[in-house]
Amino acid sequence: MGVKLLLEKANVPGIRTYDVYRREGGYAAAEKALKEMSIESIVEEVKKSGLRGRGGAGFPAGMKWSFIAKPEGVPRHLVCNADESEPGTFKDRYLMEFLPHLLIEGLLISSYALGSNDTYIYIRGEYAWVAQILEDAIIEATKNGWLGKNILGTGFDCMIHVHRGAGAYICGEETALIESLEGKRGNPRIKPPFPAIQGLWMRPTVVNNVETLAAVVPIIKMGGEEYAKIGVGRSTGTKLISACGNINKPGVYEIDMTISVEDFIYSDEYCGGIANGKKLKACIPGGSSVPILPANLLLKTAKGETRYMNYESLSDGGFATGSMMGSGGFIILDEDQCIVKNTLTLARFYRHESCGQCSPCREGTGWMEKILQKIELGKGESSDIDLLWDIQRKIEGNTICPLGDAAAWPVAAAIRHFRDEFEWHINNRALSQTSNFGLQHYADPIHVPA
Amino acid sequence: MSLQFNNEQMTEFKRLVAHYPVGKQKSALLPALNLAQDSFGGWLPTEAMDYVASLLKIEPIEVYEVATFYSMYNLKPVGKFVFEVCQTGPCMISGSDNIIAYIQKQLAIQPGETTKDGIFTLKLVECLGACGYAPMMQVGKIYREHLTKDKVDAIIEEYRMQVAAQN
Ligand SMILES: Cc1cc2nc3c(=O)[nH]c(=O)nc-3n(C[C@H](O)[C@H](O)[C@H](O)COP(=O)(O)O)c2cc1C
Ligand code: SF4
Ligand code: FES
Repeated sequence: MGVKLLLEKANVPGIRTYDVYRREGGYAAAEKALKEMSIESIVEEVKKSGLRGRGGAGFPAGMKWSFIAKPEGVPRHLVCNADESEPGTFKDRYLMEFLPHLLIEGLLISSYALGSNDTYIYIRGEYAWVAQILEDAIIEATKNGWLGKNILGTGFDCMIHVHRGAGAYICGEETALIESLEGKRGNPRIKPPFPAIQGLWMRPTVVNNVETLAAVVPIIKMGGEEYAKIGVGRSTGTKLISACGNINKPGVYEIDMTISVEDFIYSDEYCGGIANGKKLKACIPGGSSVPILPANLLLKTAKGETRYMNYESLSDGGFATGSMMGSGGFIILDEDQCIVKNTLTLARFYRHESCGQCSPCREGTGWMEKILQKIELGKGESSDIDLLWDIQRKIEGNTICPLGDAAAWPVAAAIRHFRDEFEWHINNRALSQTSNFGLQHYADPIHVPA
Repeated sequence: MSLQFNNEQMTEFKRLVAHYPVGKQKSALLPALNLAQDSFGGWLPTEAMDYVASLLKIEPIEVYEVATFYSMYNLKPVGKFVFEVCQTGPCMISGSDNIIAYIQKQLAIQPGETTKDGIFTLKLVECLGACGYAPMMQVGKIYREHLTKDKVDAIIEEYRMQVAAQN
């Protein structure tokens, strides 16, 4: 069993309620932070922990906190990003659904450190019942003196507000989220100014992911240095992985980032192997935006070294032969899956979710979807692959926000690693409508069942 | 104006607005539209949007531009129960195509359509954050996960019974 810092108590009956959470040691970290620690020392512990943002970009949380502007007389805000809409990602939902008080405790400590008296949780609108769980937990925490005025007699006031969105992946991007929280369309802002200077209502704002903010609790409890001893290199602490697709045990797992990808997929403690006795074909290891990898490059790096479930190892080889940790949305495709079709559904997703502000993203996502649709329907031409490649290249790096890149990367990686499968579709138009390319493109990789 | 929140809905509306600083009440727009849609039959007629604009003291256009941006707002009438079936990658590789085809067959409607009796609408949607419990769909405020054909039949039956019980 790996170390568990976040989900350790997830199975305790009643842990969703304040009484049980408190009895199990909950709010001790908040008490320690508010009563015994200075604001500077809290930020310092988070810095020492090496905690990296769990929303996808992996930016060091402590450093982000230290950037927040503190102009005299201007309120500051902490905003918790619970928009969770990256395909393959459902870890924040799990955390909020089963351990709402852990998030609230993390938010309280973080709000105190940042000087946020009004903290917002921006939760995707579809998670209506999760929003209700959070609302109930906030009422309980308020009744017990953890939220409200003059918390623990420190003079610090803090309220947490749950704000439900209404369906838009782009609102996970932090500046779009802020626009949405102001009651507008989710159009990302041009940076600078960064939210830390001018964010919500033009006030200094920090936006962090749910898991990032929950991780502040164990960091304060055990100290940043101890936290940093878990994991490896710059991948400190634990990470939630939401595993899905063709595996025996889809679900949310907390890992310490020393486990190999192979063990994560095949061990019974985690994914439990590929479902229905099938073979592994490919994996999108960090949410739909990150490059897909064929099985051979997934389990081992191009250098032939074991690949591990951490930031550095997953990105080993860059985009040529590696991928990214991203949001921790781990999607497994078995031998029966069609890469063209999978890429098509993702292209459709990004076309649907583009806010439309930048022409490369607005137009390019639509074109990519159309071309992929054409290939999938057995109407592709050999020039289509190069055309797709050209379009994705022209989107990448030419847009206001990273959604453009997120739309380009899956297409690029699919072509890079599975070009033969695209060609097969195009050269075998009729056959491609009734059968599947399967595993023809690589020798069966290395996993030998124990 | 004929569309109006009842007392209970108005209390909820006021609670939503109270989350934001004075003068920043426009921030309550998304939550207020969610409430309006729930209160006025599952969709947002222009009248409902204008009503929300008047309550928040903003221009109607500010409401329209938001209502047309977010996928959860229905700008046309929908059935009593909307089946929003996820079709994105992870659900697709877990068999959502078969489930979508089956629902179409059982309800005899295409995506985007409502059954003649006005009970069901079928909508295809993108990832709902339930990829590990696929195939899945959202119906109202709840998720129905690990869908199989039998489960779909049972769910349709369950909602038909609910409607019958109300009549
Ligand atoms: C298109 C897009 C969607 C995003 N969606 C999310 C999301 O759903 N949740 C999230 O925490 N971060 C998301 N992010 C990343 C946020 O912009 C931001 O980096 C993050 O919330 C910062 O928190 P962290 O540093 O704790 O990870 C998204 C970014 C982009 C470009
Ligand atoms: S890259 Fe796409 S989603 Fe991002 S701002 Fe431009 S058009 Fe909008
Ligand atoms: S892909 Fe269907 S819920 Fe995520």
